[in-house]
Amino acid sequence: MSPLKDAGHLFRFAFLFVIAFFAFLIIRHFVVPKSFGQYGHYRANAIGEIAARPVHFAGHDTCETCHADILEAKKTGKHANVNCEACHGPLAKHADDPSVLPPKLDTAVLCIRCHAASAAKPKGFPQVDAEQHSGGLTCETCHKPHNPALVAEGAK
Amino acid sequence: MNINRRHFLVMLPAAAIAWKYVQAGTPEASPNYTMSEHWWSMLIDIPKCIGCGNCVRACAAENDVPDGHFRTWVERYHVTDYDMVNPEVISPDGGKEGFPTVGEDAGKYFFVPKMCNHCVDSPCTQVCPVGATFVTPDGVVLVDQSYCLGCAYCVQACPYGCRYIHPEKKVADKCTLCYHRITKGLTTACVENCPTGARQLCDLKNPNDPIHAFLKTHHVQVLKPQMATGAKVFYNELDGSVR
Amino acid sequence: MNGVQGYMYPNEIGLIWSVLIVLYPYITGLVAGAFILASLVRVFNVKAVAPTYRLALLTALSFLIVAPLPLQLHLGHPERSPEMYFTPHATSAMAMFGYVYLWYLMAVLVFEIWLDYRKDIVLFSRSTTGWKRILYKIMTLGSDNISERSLAIDHKVSWIVTVVGIPSAFILHGYVGFIFGSIKANPWWNSPLMPVVFIFSAMVSGIAAVMLIYMATTKWRKLPIDMPCVDTIAMYLFYVFILDFSLEMLDLIHRIYEADESFRSLDFMVHTKLFVSQIVLQLIVGTAIPIILLGITQVTKLPAMVRRRIYIIAGCLVQIGIFSMRWNVVIGGQLFSKSFLGYTTYKMAMATKEGLLAAIILSILPFVILAVLVKLLPPWHEEMPGHNVVDSKPQALEV
Repeated sequence: MSPLKDAGHLFRFAFLFVIAFFAFLIIRHFVVPKSFGQYGHYRANAIGEIAARPVHFAGHDTCETCHADILEAKKTGKHANVNCEACHGPLAKHADDPSVLPPKLDTAVLCIRCHAASAAKPKGFPQVDAEQHSGGLTCETCHKPHNPALVAEGAK
Repeated sequence: MNINRRHFLVMLPAAAIAWKYVQAGTPEASPNYTMSEHWWSMLIDIPKCIGCGNCVRACAAENDVPDGHFRTWVERYHVTDYDMVNPEVISPDGGKEGFPTVGEDAGKYFFVPKMCNHCVDSPCTQVCPVGATFVTPDGVVLVDQSYCLGCAYCVQACPYGCRYIHPEKKVADKCTLCYHRITKGLTTACVENCPTGARQLCDLKNPNDPIHAFLKTHHVQVLKPQMATGAKVFYNELDGSVR
Repeated sequence: MNGVQGYMYPNEIGLIWSVLIVLYPYITGLVAGAFILASLVRVFNVKAVAPTYRLALLTALSFLIVAPLPLQLHLGHPERSPEMYFTPHATSAMAMFGYVYLWYLMAVLVFEIWLDYRKDIVLFSRSTTGWKRILYKIMTLGSDNISERSLAIDHKVSWIVTVVGIPSAFILHGYVGFIFGSIKANPWWNSPLMPVVFIFSAMVSGIAAVMLIYMATTKWRKLPIDMPCVDTIAMYLFYVFILDFSLEMLDLIHRIYEADESFRSLDFMVHTKLFVSQIVLQLIVGTAIPIILLGITQVTKLPAMVRRRIYIIAGCLVQIGIFSMRWNVVIGGQLFSKSFLGYTTYKMAMATKEGLLAAIILSILPFVILAVLVKLLPPWHEEMPGHNVVDSKPQALEV
C-alpha cells in the first residue's frame, strides 16, 4: 500500500503554499515599481522626483544678472559675501516674474539678528548693543546695508 | 509657448548659471547632471558661525519644513573650564530666531550647526525595511516619500537626531542636501543664506573644490566618529565637548 | 518646557514609538512562550503538561493574529506594508517581519494546530450543520482520511513541525530583540544580549499566561485543576525565570561596571523617569516577588490550594513585570537624549490610534479570538467526538 495514500491531506496543505507562492510572484511582478533596483535597493525614479522639487531661493548668481549695480556696490564692502537672499528672503518667484515684488525689510529686526552683541558670538565679529550704539536710531540711518561702511555726510 | 520678455528673463538666469558652470570646467552640472561625477559633502566652520539662525530659517522656507521639526538646527555650547562632559547646550526652536544674547563673558561659547551628515555607511539606510531611504550614487542620503511606510526605524537608528516623521505626510523626512538645487548647479539653501560662510557645500570629486586644500591645512572632525557612520559633514575646530 | 529637562536634539523631543510598540513585543512574546510550553509536550514528552497542549497552541494563535495590528496602527502608511513582502531590505531586521510572521503563522502554528485537530475537524464536518459544517469542510481541505495510518503520519509530521517551530518561535520574537539590540545609535538598546533577554522573558510571560488561562478556563468549566500539570508548568516557569533574571542582571552589572559615556545619563533616567516602571514594577513586583513565591513552592511542600493561589499571583505579577520590561526598553530608549544631556516625557494619548485606548482594546482582542477558537476547536478532550493522539486524562484533585 502506497504510504502516500494516507498523506494526501498533507499534499493538499502544501498545495496551498504553492498556490500562494505563485500568486505572490505574479502580484509582485505588477506591484514592484519598474525603476526599483536600478542603482540599489530603492526606487531609482525617486532621485529624479526629488531633484524636480521647486526652488524657492533663486541664488545670488541669478539676482546679479539683473541687479549688477547692487553687486558692484556690495563687492567692495564687508557684506560682499552676504548673499542677497540672506536678507531679502526667498526670491525665486521674483526671478521668474520680476513684477512680483519682494517684501519690504525691517532693518531694525534684520540687522540685529546678526549684529546684536553677545558674549557667545566670535570675538572678531562686528557686534553692538543697539541701544548704546545708536540710541534708538535705525541702522539704516548711518549704514547702507549693501555696503555698510560708514560714509561721510553729504558724500554718495 | 511664445518667447516673450518674461520668458527671456527666466531663461537668462538659467543660461547664466549653466554658463558659469561651463566656465568653471564642470559642464555636467545643470541642466545636464551626471551623478557619478559628484560626491557631495559639507564643511562647517565653527569659528565663523555667529548663531544668527539664517540657515534654519532658509532651510524651512526652501523645503517647507513643518514647525517643531528641523532639517537643520544650530546648537549653542557653553563650556566652563575643563569639564567637557557637561556642556550647557541650548537650541531654542532649533536656533530659528537666533539665540538670546549673553552678557557676561563667563567661559567658552560657540555655535554648532547640525544637519544630516549624509553618511557613507549610513545606519538609517541599513535599517529601512523596504528601501525607502537610500544613498544616491552622488553621496546624498534621500527618502523616497512615496515608498516610505512611516515605521520610524530610521529615525531611531540615526545617531545624530537629524530625522523626523513629517506630521502631515506621515513619512520620514530630513535634510536632502537640497538635492533639487545642487543638481541644478545651485548651492544648498543653508549655504546660500549663511552670512559668514560658516557653511560650505563641497564636492569631493571635484579636484578644484576648495575643500581639498582646506582639509590639508585645518583640523577637522566629524560628529560621533566612534559610530563609524562615514559622516561627510566636516567640522572645522569642533570642540571635544560637542555631542 | 514641553516636558524636556536639559538638552534634547530638537527632533528627539516627541516620542515616535508609542505604547503600541511596547505591546507588539509583549504579544509576540506570549506567542513564543505559549508555543514553547506546547513543545514541552510534543518534543520533550513532558506528559504532565499535556492538558495545556491544545490550549497553548490556540492561545499562541489568538495572540499571533492580533500581533500585526499594533504595527499597522503605528505605521504612517499601513497600506504600503506589503512592500515588506515585495521589496524587503536584506540589511534590515524589521524587513524579516513579514516573512517570519507568515512562516510562523502558516508553516508552524496553523499547520501544527491543523495536524492535531484534523481528526476532530473531519468528525465535526460530518456532525454539524449549516455554516459551521461549511467551515469545517473547508478546514478539512477536502480530505476525509482519518485512518490510523494517516493520523500516525500526522503525529510524526507534527513532531517535525514542533522541532522546526522552536527556533522559529525564537526567531519570531528574537528578531524584535535584534531590532533594538542592533541599533548602535541608542546605548539603552544596543546590546548583543537584547535578543536573548527578549526570548527568555517571552518564555516566562508565555508560560505564565497559558498557566493562568488554563486555570481560569478550568475553573469556568467547573472542573478540578490538574495539579501535577500546573505544578510542572510552575517548575518550568521558575527555572526559565531564573535564567531570564540572570541574563538581565548580567546586562545591568555589565553596564554599571563599564560605565561608558552613556551610563550616567541612563542611570539618572532609571532612577527618575523609569523609577516606577523599572525598579518598582519590573524588578520588585514583576521579578523578585514572583521568583520568591515560585521558589517557595519549589522548596517547600504546600497544600494544593495555597500553591494554586501562589501560581495565580505569581502568574499575574509576571505579566506586569514582562510588560514593564517591554515598556522600559521601548519607551525608556526614547526618553533620554542621544546627546546624553537631557530627557523628555512620554505624553501617552488616550483616544488616538496609538493611544492607551487602542492598546487596551488590542490587549483584550486576543481573548475574544481565543473564545471563538475554543468554541470552534475545543481543546478539552471530554467534548471531543473521538480520541486524540495526545494522551491526557484530567487528574483527581489533590488535597
